[in-house]
Amino acid sequence: MKEEFEKRIVTGPDGKQFEVDPMKDYFCEDRPQVHQPNSNTVIEKFMNWARSESLWILGFGTGCGAIEMRPLMTPRFDAYRYGIQWRPTPRQANVFVISGYLSVKTLKRVVRSYEQMQGPKYVVGLGSCTINGGMYWDSYNTINRLDYYLPVDIYIAGCMPRPESLLAGFEQLKKMIKAGECEGQNKYAENFDWYKANQKKIIKDWDMPDYNW
Amino acid sequence: MKELIARLKKQFKITDEVYQKPDQTYITVPQEQAVALVTHLRDYEGFNHLVLLTAVDWIEENLFQLIYLLNNNDFKADLGVRVMIDRHEATMTSIHHLWKAAATYQRELKEMFGIDFPGSPRVDEPFILEGWDNIPPYRRDFDTKKYSEETYFPRPGRTTHDPAEYMKKKLYPED
Repeated sequence: MKEEFEKRIVTGPDGKQFEVDPMKDYFCEDRPQVHQPNSNTVIEKFMNWARSESLWILGFGTGCGAIEMRPLMTPRFDAYRYGIQWRPTPRQANVFVISGYLSVKTLKRVVRSYEQMQGPKYVVGLGSCTINGGMYWDSYNTINRLDYYLPVDIYIAGCMPRPESLLAGFEQLKKMIKAGECEGQNKYAENFDWYKANQKKIIKDWDMPDYNW
Repeated sequence: MKELIARLKKQFKITDEVYQKPDQTYITVPQEQAVALVTHLRDYEGFNHLVLLTAVDWIEENLFQLIYLLNNNDFKADLGVRVMIDRHEATMTSIHHLWKAAATYQRELKEMFGIDFPGSPRVDEPFILEGWDNIPPYRRDFDTKKYSEETYFPRPGRTTHDPAEYMKKKLYPED
């Protein structure tokens, strides 16, 4: 357990001393919950349309694929015209692009960031590494299959995929969201124990709450 | 460079010398003289830049080889100091007092090869592998493929082709 997660006595601004237990006080203890779609299909369809047209990507590059997102942000390929933009914090984002190989050390940060994102949220696996490990398939430190740790909505294959294929992937993601197929967040909540078991199998120094919301 | 080696030979027991390129030379010294030689090179011979500190696993000889690659900006030349150390009790004197950056290299070597550098700052803290519980992964007796298959849920259906054979079949199927 890291020092910052241990119980400690804190002196408040008014001079009073009180005990802080970061694992209980700073994090929600509840498990993620399954969100039912709106019973009115017209409203649900409208909401899905609205969700699909505002994809806010978390600016978190996990591997070499992050370099392919830079041309997308800039005028050459300009993803902003499709309603896709990048945000600096997980609280403002709803799409997580796992860009390429994912080491165990990064996976720990990825899990934390993913759980802090606002729902409904989507995961895009970019590059071969997220599908079967790619060229790092026999590495001691990179994962092979992303879908064992996070619910992946769409993969963009390639090593590396060009910005055009990323744009095509995002268009496909939009179609899937409009059709109501992107239920990754609910899948994560339903199979929460299985995902956690897989994550804890490889993250051996687990020193954070089970659910980081 | 040969003059420099001849000069060094008077003071240090240099067992081997390799003139790899005009601007790249490697010398081998015993373990107990290595830090003295590196200090001498830095303070008197102008090799004041530590390019890298790395290791090679000579598992058959039961040795680790440490390489201190130093650069002299006046001569535009590199000099590598090779040291063979025992593989079972892999301990080496730290050089973090000569270059602060060496502490990072030593921390990496501790984690990846299991070579200990007593007294080096933060050498026992995890560097990249957080919570690693196996033998250090850069040692050659660590089977990285087996470890990956056991740990990371490999996706079935992966095949390997010999590139030459594969392209021959694809381009000239009738032959």
